[in-house]
Amino acid sequence: MTAAGLAAQRIVPTVPRSAWALLLAASTAVLYLAFRGQWTLPHNNDAELFSSINALRETVEDNRDSIPLITPIREFVDALVEVFLTVFRSFSWPGLVAFAGALGLAIGGWRLGLLGAVGVAAFGVLGLWESSVDTLALTLASVLLALVIGIPLGILAGRSNRVLRWISPVLDVMQIMPTFAYLAPLALLFLIGPATAAIATMIYAIPPAIRITAYGIRGVSPTSVEAANAMGSTRSQVLRKVQLPMAFPTIVLGINQTMMMALSMVVITVLVDAPGLGKDIIRALQQVDVGAAFDAGIAIVIIAVIIDRLMSALGDRVSTRVAPGAAASRRRRQQLFLAVAIAIGGVIVGRLILSDPEFPDAIAFSFQGFINDITNWLRTNATHVTEAIKNVVTFGLINPIEEVLTSAPWWLVLYAVVGIAILVGGAGPAITAAVCLVLIIALSLWEHSMETLTTVLVATAMTLGFGLLLGVASARNKRFSAGLRPLLDTAQTMPAFVYLIPAVALFGPTRFTGVVAALIYAIPPVIRLTEAGIKAVPPTIVEAATSAGSTPRQLLLKVQLPMARPALLVAANQGIVMVLAMVVVGGLVGAGGLGYDVVAGFARRDFFGEGFAAGIAIVLLGVMLDRITQGAGRRQRANPRSAASSMVRSA
Amino acid sequence: MASSLPGGTGEDQEEESGIGMKTSIRRVAASIAIAGLVIAACSSGGGGSPAGGGGQAGTVNIAVNPWVGYEADAAVVAYLLEKELGYNVEKKDLKEDVSWQGFPTGEVDVILEDWGHPELQKKYVDEDKVAQIAGTTGNVGIIGWYVPGWMAEEYPDITDYKNLNKYADLFKTSETGDLGQFLGSDPSYVQYDEALVTNLDLNYKVIFSGGEAATITALQQAVANKTPLLAYWWDPQWLNSQVELVRVKLPPYEPGCDADLEKVACDYPETPLQKVVSTKFATEGGKAYELIKNFNWTNEDQNVVSDYITNKDMTPEAAGEKWVKENEDKWKAWIPK
Repeated sequence: MTAAGLAAQRIVPTVPRSAWALLLAASTAVLYLAFRGQWTLPHNNDAELFSSINALRETVEDNRDSIPLITPIREFVDALVEVFLTVFRSFSWPGLVAFAGALGLAIGGWRLGLLGAVGVAAFGVLGLWESSVDTLALTLASVLLALVIGIPLGILAGRSNRVLRWISPVLDVMQIMPTFAYLAPLALLFLIGPATAAIATMIYAIPPAIRITAYGIRGVSPTSVEAANAMGSTRSQVLRKVQLPMAFPTIVLGINQTMMMALSMVVITVLVDAPGLGKDIIRALQQVDVGAAFDAGIAIVIIAVIIDRLMSALGDRVSTRVAPGAAASRRRRQQLFLAVAIAIGGVIVGRLILSDPEFPDAIAFSFQGFINDITNWLRTNATHVTEAIKNVVTFGLINPIEEVLTSAPWWLVLYAVVGIAILVGGAGPAITAAVCLVLIIALSLWEHSMETLTTVLVATAMTLGFGLLLGVASARNKRFSAGLRPLLDTAQTMPAFVYLIPAVALFGPTRFTGVVAALIYAIPPVIRLTEAGIKAVPPTIVEAATSAGSTPRQLLLKVQLPMARPALLVAANQGIVMVLAMVVVGGLVGAGGLGYDVVAGFARRDFFGEGFAAGIAIVLLGVMLDRITQGAGRRQRANPRSAASSMVRSA
Repeated sequence: MASSLPGGTGEDQEEESGIGMKTSIRRVAASIAIAGLVIAACSSGGGGSPAGGGGQAGTVNIAVNPWVGYEADAAVVAYLLEKELGYNVEKKDLKEDVSWQGFPTGEVDVILEDWGHPELQKKYVDEDKVAQIAGTTGNVGIIGWYVPGWMAEEYPDITDYKNLNKYADLFKTSETGDLGQFLGSDPSYVQYDEALVTNLDLNYKVIFSGGEAATITALQQAVANKTPLLAYWWDPQWLNSQVELVRVKLPPYEPGCDADLEKVACDYPETPLQKVVSTKFATEGGKAYELIKNFNWTNEDQNVVSDYITNKDMTPEAAGEKWVKENEDKWKAWIPK
């Protein structure tokens, strides 16, 4: 924000914001009571837009072969995935275990080698060898695609402001768009199969590759670039000799992120006939088999941990700025030779001596029975508790809010949302919000959008509430924080899909199920950001407050939380976008609204149009919520009367 | 960010270490590449591409739609294809409509239990000619609206749709407000319940359980705990021999009454379940195609296998094997000469 803008902000609010908020609330309430039930936009399954999209679908279907590039792209990507699958499947298990160990050893040393070998062996122990190997292969193929396209784009965006300006909003939308929403359109173009799966995963996973590469290129110190220019380097020399090498550690970080994103997406692509662990998870969902889903989820977490550690080690290695000494480099060379020997040895043992052995059943281990016992116990003995929780939230929050949002005139919702957006975010977010809502009306999906908005609001409120509590507890108690950390790590790497299954087992097919799944999915970053925010409060301020006689409670409420507000607003923003993504997946288990439309649009031909439109509506809702919460964060940072400064003054 | 070591801040230093870093990357990359090459060489030496792993006759891609009766069909057919004819079978868990999309590319060769998709059949079989009907499975599918047996006893007239509004209050849930809940199953199944509710002026709202297993749990609970439930349900299904469910009478089906899915106001038809194969598979599938064409059994047969899978804790493979071992007289006739 410019200095002039800051000055304007300081002068304008003569009336405090709370008074405006009160006015907005009061006027909305009065208007609602006066016009309730009028100007509503009830849902119509046969809206004209839906049938025209359906007609468009037919046209595309009939002329698919004459659309240029479509078939070559499909065949190329199919072949690429096939190569990866063939190579990975042709490893026997001793071969792949040895190879993973060798890779770890070569990149990071003994401990990483051990992690790689044990981790890969765990696929077999869990009885998920083939699925895990397929998932790994498909993920790597998609990541390769994402990198081949993403890194050059990232370099362009790193070197040209115009490209960055164009590409940023596109990436924003790609990140908000729920993965589900583009499976059906992609399958329309590329048919079901590995190509569609890999392309969908690529779309989902490419933003970090582009963003972080651009960031890395931009982060190269201008003096280095200037020095190179002064020596007469051409642009491409500057790129190859200065910018790329110096940005490389950052790019490795981006590759790691891309892999993590790809891993969470490949699971969902099972819906378009991708092989791998997604099959196990979707079957578990169909059979409400919580234990089986847990096993498959753990296998995904293991893959994620291995990739993450390997990439981090690689990142550390490339960013180490000193050449190793003679002794160290001899040790390295020995390790490398050993690694190659282990890999070759493993493959020979697996292939030639044991001739493609089955993984031994003797060391099988599964969480399935244990987890299902717990679930069944809960289902038989705790039904009244789960029912009560569900009913309190449904009748207390979901139903009343949904009732208000769907029975209010559309212009009143618009008025209230724009009002809130102005108050918390300013004019920019307010305009965005208004445009998004109007477009939703144009999509003929108002009522379903209001239903989805309801679930999102309730789930976000619960996520922030519980996340704040747990985050505060973590910040104040080291042991609690340490105990929670592995849980959060696991929760963040499990594919979102997996959370639906316990939720539906306990709460049945309801909107609350979607809320619960969203809560589990979105709470880890909220806890983490809250904890970090509170811990970042300078100890001097805490001491000052304590010596001034604050009780721990006062300290928390008057000092730590207000000062952590920027972090909390980031948490709210993250939380809301993640909740939205999950609420959509909730469409699979009885949560209505746009999520169901998308699911039905995928599963049923006649619903294609509605599902397609619903996918766009979700993006619009997401952009609206994202901009409003982000706006709040910006305003917070720009506000001269921010909590921090007032604190310092009073302290 | 903490990686730059004390002393190493000058630009020369960075240049120099950039080279050191590069060689070390190169070395790692080179050794990995060598290892990869060696492995590739070994594995091709060891023989056995994945397609050739199961048998020499080729691979059959069978779509498996999400209900256990279909899984039972697939279990038996896959077992016979693999063990009797030496094929490799790829089972693909797909929704009904999505499975058809696999015919043009060969992603899917066979749909074993099609419950009637006239629109898809028109497009893929009649117009595009990428698929063909390969006869019926012998099973007759019945879809309908069902209530637990105790409800039919306690409220005898509930089994006529005209009286459903009278009892709507019984079926209210947290999800339906003032309306009664109609429990749909998987949204991808053949169904037009939402249109029926509208066109028959019923005060109900369709909520989807999400799938077969969830509907089974709901039905079992409704029978055991005597809770009210009105649900989309079907036969053949193993549960029908274990709990008593009564079908609600809707306006009787007449040919063509379900032509326009928006205006439909009649019950579901009885559907002879059919097999659909890709045209390519029909011409090039050889014995595998013959076997699938010959496959034909009864509802009881299917329920036995479904029961093995669901209640006897068997994998589909084990269940298929058990049925095949016990019923040689039945499947011998399917094996092509």
